[in-house]
Amino acid sequence: MNLVSFLGAIEIGLVYALVALGIYFSFRILNFPDLTVDGSFPLGAAVAAALIVSGVDPYLATLFAVVAGALAGLVTAVLNLRFGILHLLASILTMIALYSINLRIMGRPNIALITEPTVLTPFEGLGLSGLYLKPLVGLVVVLVVAGLAAWFLTTNYGLGMRATGANPRMARAQGIATAKVTAVGMALSNAMVALGGALFAQMNGFADVTIGTGTIVVGLAAVIAGEAIFRARGVVIAVVACVVGSILYRMAIALALNADALGLKAADLNLVTAILVALALILPGARNPFKSLFRRGGDA
Amino acid sequence: MIRVEDLRVTFSAGTVMETRALQGLSAEVGAGEFVTVIGSNGAGKSTLLNCLTGDVAPTAGRIVIDGTDVSRWPAPRRAALVARVFQDPLAGTCEGLTIEENLALAAARGTRRGLDKALTAARRDEFRGKISRLGLNLENRLGDRMGLLSGGQRQAVSLVMATLRPTKILLLDEHTAALDPRMQAFVLDLTRELVEAEKLTTLMVTHSMRQALSLGTRSFMLHEGKVVLDVAGEERSRLEVGDLMALFAKVRGEELDSDSLLLS
Repeated sequence: MNLVSFLGAIEIGLVYALVALGIYFSFRILNFPDLTVDGSFPLGAAVAAALIVSGVDPYLATLFAVVAGALAGLVTAVLNLRFGILHLLASILTMIALYSINLRIMGRPNIALITEPTVLTPFEGLGLSGLYLKPLVGLVVVLVVAGLAAWFLTTNYGLGMRATGANPRMARAQGIATAKVTAVGMALSNAMVALGGALFAQMNGFADVTIGTGTIVVGLAAVIAGEAIFRARGVVIAVVACVVGSILYRMAIALALNADALGLKAADLNLVTAILVALALILPGARNPFKSLFRRGGDA
Repeated sequence: MIRVEDLRVTFSAGTVMETRALQGLSAEVGAGEFVTVIGSNGAGKSTLLNCLTGDVAPTAGRIVIDGTDVSRWPAPRRAALVARVFQDPLAGTCEGLTIEENLALAAARGTRRGLDKALTAARRDEFRGKISRLGLNLENRLGDRMGLLSGGQRQAVSLVMATLRPTKILLLDEHTAALDPRMQAFVLDLTRELVEAEKLTTLMVTHSMRQALSLGTRSFMLHEGKVVLDVAGEERSRLEVGDLMALFAKVRGEELDSDSLLLS
């Protein structure tokens, strides 16, 4: 693996660390298997790209992307909590709807940002080449978001959110309005994912309606990889694990694709991802997030 | 402290599964009273508790706690007035969270949860003090996950959790039923201590006639969703387990048989 693909793996790993953090919130903290992310990741990219090409400041555009992601999470939460649609199905409905919405937002299947200003533009005069600048900016963003997430989970509100996912009945008995807390958590989760999408678009110079495919699997892979490395269960470590897991996972993918002996091509990426995640779930001792799909609520 | 008026709860109304769990239950419990509640399966004991906590919405009737009509309040809102210990040790705590995190959850019961740190050094000291009084040697394990504790230890911690914040009423739902005899005795003693120390108005559901008479100041017997026996004071202190079982058999319209011995 050469330097370019090494830094590239770190860059993409950092972008998907935001996705992993979002998925950690929904799957692990809230025990809410949420597939909305396949829609909210390209939503973040679409909103940011569409606004940037229409002349909006990239930072403001990114902020709007985050808000759009939060709204997408809220839609899924409302479908599930208010109207009683099974969480998995509710999230698939939002995801499908977002495909059309993303096309509407962009007005076409993809937008090129190569010549547009991005969140990276203000730093480009500092003498760093894009090769180093992108992972560096990504690192700063991820550190800030991960720091906020870890802090949030240790507050009284965050602790209430963890109880809501772990034992909703107990949470209610302690005075936690579980439906409201779940909605807030879903909004935060998808906001992080959409931020990932917005960064992805600006770092790669394009937004495309298809970039969301498999986001959930890649994010889960990062979460699982992180958990496999950090066995401890504290939330702060779990948040770090999401970030490290995402980067290491991308390294592993880069290594696999670069190893001539394996004969893999870039097109094999999704297959490799799916196989890795499947293996991780089959392996003994793995905390299988899909188990939660087969039992409803309560029994934490 | 608690006033329940003509409380009715019907599950699956209008279907073949229709169950009338409470059929016009009325009762009044004064401040500081410790009421034990007995009754056969399906008598409405759990439904009564669930109505008080807000987990079950009554079909008709009123629930007044400390002068406030809470009949339409959802469970989280009632948490400021009501503390509860569940029968299942797993139900009342989060096994994935640490002991101190569980305590912090309970220490904020019924209050607004903001973005302040859940665990501060002062909080930890307070928890350590309360937990060390259990004598279970848990005060040095506050950072352990709840799931590592035995059922009895979890119930003991649950009791502490229930009394961390001032509460109007304490509801105990057969909270010793899942424990071994030694732990049962321990948790019952702890219950008595805490209720007396905090002068809590308490409702304790139990399957054990002996417990029903030996603990508390007053006893209810429930049958078919109504209070059929309400004894306190002198009359109660004269009752023996045998008397209670005879009464129990009578209200059920049955002769005393060997089955009821299992209930003693």
